[in-house]
Amino acid sequence: MSLSKDRDRAVAHISPARPPERGSGRLARRRLLVLTGCLVLVAGLVLVSLAVGSRTVPLETVWSVLLHDDGSPEALIVWRLRVPRTALAVVVGAALALAGTVMQAITRNPLAEPGLVGVNAGASLAVVIAVAAFQVTEVSGYIWFALVGAILAALLVHTLAAGSARSHQHTRLVLAGAALSASLGACTGILTMFNSTAFDSYRFWVVGSLQNRGIDVLVAVAPFVAAGTVIALLLGPALNALALGDETGRALGLRVSWVRAAGFCAVMLLCGAATAAAGPLAFVGLAVPHALRLLLGPDHRWLLAYALPAGAVLLLMSDIIGRIVAPPGELEVGIVTAFLGAPVLVWFIVRRRRTAL
Amino acid sequence: MTESYAPRTVTRTRTRAARVRRLPGGITLRYSARAVTVAAVLLLACLATALLGLFTGTYRIGGWQVLDALTGSGSGADRFIVVDQRLPRICAALLVGACLGLSGALFQSLARNPLASPDVIGFTTGSTSGALTVILAGGAGTGVGVGTGAVAGGLATAVVVYALTAPRGVSGNRLVLAGIAVGAMLAAFNSFLITRADLESAESAKAWTFGSLNAITWTQVVPLLVALPVLAAAALAAGRPLRMMEMGDDTAGALGVNVQRVRATSLLLGVALAAGATAVAGPIGFLALAAPQLARRVTRGPGITPGSAMLVGALILAVADATAQRVLAPFQIPVGLVTGALGGLYLLGLLWREKRNGG
Repeated sequence: MSLSKDRDRAVAHISPARPPERGSGRLARRRLLVLTGCLVLVAGLVLVSLAVGSRTVPLETVWSVLLHDDGSPEALIVWRLRVPRTALAVVVGAALALAGTVMQAITRNPLAEPGLVGVNAGASLAVVIAVAAFQVTEVSGYIWFALVGAILAALLVHTLAAGSARSHQHTRLVLAGAALSASLGACTGILTMFNSTAFDSYRFWVVGSLQNRGIDVLVAVAPFVAAGTVIALLLGPALNALALGDETGRALGLRVSWVRAAGFCAVMLLCGAATAAAGPLAFVGLAVPHALRLLLGPDHRWLLAYALPAGAVLLLMSDIIGRIVAPPGELEVGIVTAFLGAPVLVWFIVRRRRTAL
Repeated sequence: MTESYAPRTVTRTRTRAARVRRLPGGITLRYSARAVTVAAVLLLACLATALLGLFTGTYRIGGWQVLDALTGSGSGADRFIVVDQRLPRICAALLVGACLGLSGALFQSLARNPLASPDVIGFTTGSTSGALTVILAGGAGTGVGVGTGAVAGGLATAVVVYALTAPRGVSGNRLVLAGIAVGAMLAAFNSFLITRADLESAESAKAWTFGSLNAITWTQVVPLLVALPVLAAAALAAGRPLRMMEMGDDTAGALGVNVQRVRATSLLLGVALAAGATAVAGPIGFLALAAPQLARRVTRGPGITPGSAMLVGALILAVADATAQRVLAPFQIPVGLVTGALGGLYLLGLLWREKRNGG
């Protein structure tokens, strides 16, 4: 499909005066079909993720203990370790990809990753403070610190970026995010230089991992992710209008500042929760929206819908590969996502003559 | 990226007005009064910071003794402190800052994106990979080996990214995207190295990645001192076509700019500048991103200006280094951390003021 046609179609969707083009129904059906395929892929990967690990459980056994918890060692492994981890991979991957799509839309900047609203730097500093000042050593103990740090930093960025400024709003958002991230990052750096224990915990947290996260972590972040997802999915048509520029968006009846604030809120909730649960996984939020835009064109309603399963697929696959690639140890999921996702992104970029940015 | 200036041009026409002066020989000089004033103030501030660094320090030397040491007389110890310790460090701070500011300005013009810096084509991450490999394999925390490793890693990454995008014609966006993808892989590799190393090596590797001007000597500074004027002159010459390219490749092409050549040249210059800075001080983050944006806000110019970005970069790094040496003395903070803190706070302050003024 040609990208310029898709852009026309995106315009067609927001201007009701123009009848939909012929053939767009077929395209929509195809997209729906592929979306269903993605969901099936997620389901398959979930099963594999429950089976694979340092002790591999056969798929039939996984199925039987899932249906009936018989108290066997296999049931213990599946229910206690693999189910929370797999669920977390799905939730975190979906949240980050969705947050990335919204972030790149509200900043109109293809280089923006969701952590740039300040959540990664805020969460990192909070984790380092938790270790250095409160002697928290459990991964699940970090989560509330990380969540509070992420949200505080994001609110600060928003206060600085949004508001009265009419023009340059999208530039100011990324600049404020980058500036605050640099300042907080410097604080994190200084703290970790003085405190070896904090550095030791920090270097493993900052890679991003799904290891040793119990069901309590999932329960803690789920409400935030759910709220963020609802906001993000509702924003689809508004983001399409915003993609045409602030002025055009305004002329189309959009309240640009409100859309941007709502998008910001969604990114903060989604990315903040994901980062609190798994550490900063910058690449998912950056790469998945790009890959999807290259595949699907610029219609945000589809991009947002696809981001959920696509992010989940990337993170599930990375987590599974990380578990089997270096026995008896594991590779952290943050390392594998980049090595798995980057070649795909490069391939998309090299293959295309034009990029839809 | 596209930006709308519409509401501002009306209110600020006076400050933007460029002055034109005809020189003998048919040369016309077009400049903005504010930019010239700002440049002069920045130069003076750089000089003041340099003098402060030269005349004060942990080791107390009187003002006259410093002058004596500079002119070649004076005691051996004074000469060692002033000429071999303080002077190269100040020069390094100014030069590295200038390099990074200029490099950032080139990349931001090139990519038309305020987030662009040498990081975006993976240069910084690549140089970190190179240096980390040297540090963790060889066990050395500083020295020429690490600098060489860093520059080799950075250049190799830049070449790979360029080669990936070049066959189909290099466009700004594709270059940046490929750079991000390759950079992400290298960043993952870096985290892998840092998590697998023992705590002590990991700490020294981490300290290097912040960037520091500790224990700098003339042998590291002199190459940069020679290279910067050449590179800066070339970059300023490329500045004019680059500003036309900010209007879009097609418009610039229609105005007679050889888009491909200008892009390749400025890319090469930007990478060379970043490589020089990294070899001397390690990967000092954020400065290349912040300096052009700060310069643009201070001069109130309509676009990225390489000259003032260079001066802002030099000033920030010199001030940051002076702070890094003194604020927690005798402990020396890596200057990269102070740059992040200072540059970040300053940029936040400017954004805040812009917002209050309804900018």
